[in-house]
Amino acid sequence: MSLSTAPAALPVRSDVDLIAVREAARTAAADAGFSLVNQTKLVTAVSELARNAVVHGGGGEVRIDSVQQGSLRGVRLVVTDQGPGIEDIAQALTDGHTTGHGLGLGLGGAKRLVNNDFTIESAPGQGTTVTIAMWATPGLTPIQARLPVRS
Amino acid sequence: MDRIPILRLGSVLIVSVQGDLADALAVALRHDVGAAVSSGGITGVILDVSGVAIVDSYLGRVLTEIAADCSLLGASTVVAGIKPAVAITLVEMGFRLDGARTARSLEAAVAMLGADVAPTAILGSGP
Repeated sequence: MSLSTAPAALPVRSDVDLIAVREAARTAAADAGFSLVNQTKLVTAVSELARNAVVHGGGGEVRIDSVQQGSLRGVRLVVTDQGPGIEDIAQALTDGHTTGHGLGLGLGGAKRLVNNDFTIESAPGQGTTVTIAMWATPGLTPIQARLPVRS
Repeated sequence: MDRIPILRLGSVLIVSVQGDLADALAVALRHDVGAAVSSGGITGVILDVSGVAIVDSYLGRVLTEIAADCSLLGASTVVAGIKPAVAITLVEMGFRLDGARTARSLEAAVAMLGADVAPTAILGSGP
């Protein structure tokens, strides 16, 4: 695994910031050679996660890395907030679970959109960090591509 | 952009949603469509999203809420021109566009609402 670009962190404090995040994710996905469908999935996934950071985490940041493994090119996104954290992660990933504002498809939906290449770190009072990655080769998600999350 | 324009054609409203929407703009659109429908004489609303590259669960929810609002106000809603990649993404997320009919294009949506956009209706109503 190598990073082909320096990590860029984008602040997410409001719904307007989400537009810049979506645009940057779109550019990174296009640069990595993603199909239009996979670009759309990745951008939608990060939009869900970044909105969670704004709505539930009181704002945070999104880091977008272009990554490469062998001939595989990919994009990794890390969405971080310092909000109240998630007490029951399994429940938060359940479709239909919502704290009242959405459809409850955000976390689980984002996980499906990136073919489960998704890790979440959270605890009450310690904020939330979600890392997702997607790779340019359709349908191929090698075990090695599942990145350890640094704490 | 402060507001998304809402065009009236006969008794049908046509809204062309384009680009990437901030959440607040989508909410403003919901209010504007509701106000326009309740002003009277509107039986159909077409939301053309052919220029929208991303529909996340938030925007999707606003679209279904607009359709539900319009239904209560006596108008039917057609969401037109969803991009294939957006459709695939919504299905994979498990999202259902409940309450709105869909059409492949703006033209197909107009055909679906048929008589409501007949020329006599255009002549008979103001902007």
